[in-house]
Amino acid sequence: MTHVQKVMALGEAVSRHVRDGMVIAMGTGLESCIPFAAGHEIIRQGRRDLVLVGPISDILFDQLIGAGCVAKVIAAWVGNVGAGIAYNFRRAVEEGIPRPLAVEDHSNLTVALAVSAAAMGVPYLPARTALGTDIVRDHQRLREVTCPFTGERLLAVGALRPDLTILHAQRCDRHGNAHLWGNLGISLEAARAAETVLLTCEELVDDAIITGDPNRTLVPGFLVSAVAEVPFGSHPSPTQGYVNRDDRFYDEYHEETRARAGFLAWLDRMVLGTQGHAGYLSRLGEDRMARLRPRTPRPAAPVNYGF
Amino acid sequence: MRTSAITRRQVMVAAAAREIRDGEVVFVGMRLPLLGFALARALHAPRAVGLFENGVIRSSPPAAPIITMGDPPNIAGALACTTLVDVMSHLQRGRVDVGFLGGAEVDRFGNLNTTWAEDRGRRIRLPGSGGAADIAALARRTVVLVHHERRRFPERVRYLTSPGFGTGRGWRETVGLVRGGPGRVITSLGVFGFDPESGEMVLESLHPGVTLEELRAETGWPVRAAPDLRETPGPTREELDAIRRFDPDGLWTG
Repeated sequence: MTHVQKVMALGEAVSRHVRDGMVIAMGTGLESCIPFAAGHEIIRQGRRDLVLVGPISDILFDQLIGAGCVAKVIAAWVGNVGAGIAYNFRRAVEEGIPRPLAVEDHSNLTVALAVSAAAMGVPYLPARTALGTDIVRDHQRLREVTCPFTGERLLAVGALRPDLTILHAQRCDRHGNAHLWGNLGISLEAARAAETVLLTCEELVDDAIITGDPNRTLVPGFLVSAVAEVPFGSHPSPTQGYVNRDDRFYDEYHEETRARAGFLAWLDRMVLGTQGHAGYLSRLGEDRMARLRPRTPRPAAPVNYGF
Repeated sequence: MRTSAITRRQVMVAAAAREIRDGEVVFVGMRLPLLGFALARALHAPRAVGLFENGVIRSSPPAAPIITMGDPPNIAGALACTTLVDVMSHLQRGRVDVGFLGGAEVDRFGNLNTTWAEDRGRRIRLPGSGGAADIAALARRTVVLVHHERRRFPERVRYLTSPGFGTGRGWRETVGLVRGGPGRVITSLGVFGFDPESGEMVLESLHPGVTLEELRAETGWPVRAAPDLRETPGPTREELDAIRRFDPDGLWTG
């Protein structure tokens, strides 16, 4: 077996694996473990015409849209979870600024099933949701069908296979075998559905840490092409046990990005004007980072895999 | 006067909590419904279980105040942390008794819009469904919490994101929905139920200090009031103490 070197710096991982026009799933954990650092690197490297996939992305999709990287969003919800509206998303849809944005609307379950169908290698999955709503009207991926067994009316959800899924995990080994804990959203389905996975993690660990607790290995390394150790890589979203949610950051972003000029200033300060994730973290400052680290450890009882 | 210290949102939270019966499986949501769930668990529904669409299942309030369902205090001490498809499967399987929803617009038949709004003739893109369309389609019943103002209460939603009774009773069956529909709409002015024949929203109670005329002025269709229209019971001492315990700074109910 040839050993492929998967561990690399985030900048290299993005430059090797993210191409213009790709379909990319991100923010698959819903409000936690959102791969913000990877998204910022995509902005710095100036990728264009991306199709973003996610159930809800919090403000990551808004940032990529405002930076002009995105042609289309396939999602159930695009906004700022704390504050509601995401202004770049609105400007792009309503006014075509900085460029027109196509939107394929979903519910959380329909986007999850679209990705699940791809993960299972089937062209569609049936569901009972969203029937009768304006979401399904003239939808390219949602179609009303009759069940061949019962004759009931169902919704067929067409498969959606991302070119790339980007995940942020607590820890993984050099092969990309990743331990995740906390809520999972559609992260597992998105990893299985994609052509390949780019993984950022809080900690790169020895192989034995992973194989010591195999029930926690939710993403096997054979799906993963690139691994980058990126502490605080989900900031401002939380990563359980490593970083708490930076609530104030979302409020500040909401206020600052109300107008296009405010967003551009924000983008320059936090993304384009920083040389990479290290520069982003130095903008945050050590005090702020210290406040976001968990204060009270809550370790689980160890489990015994003995025989 | 003691009631002067009680806010409309506290009335809403107490009303939401009373919609949860002991032992029920609840699709919770954030903000006021989350507080309502905490209140119900603490007071009259100690065996209620809460599901969150990100995959969290828990039987206790979060370990500390939270802004999103993915915040670390909502994971710590949970019963289970699983996937979106897992918790939504419980919903589709018919195991969720009640789901909580909000909306930018709610209409006469309890349909919700969280996708497109309009302000002074200009179309405004809202965030979209999230899990709301799924909860509205698949829970055994839903409870809607919404701020009551005329622009949010049109006769017919301009975009149907999450299904209520559509164009009236019978519509859900016609489009293929197998159960459910709104049971209550709790607003900042009153509490509505639904006419079993027509599926239309019917006003059941007005919050303390609200008049029927005031509520009608904020609603985009001629509101029907129940013959036994009452005053919404304000939070009891016990409920108020619990609300203040779970929302100590009044972030959601102040």
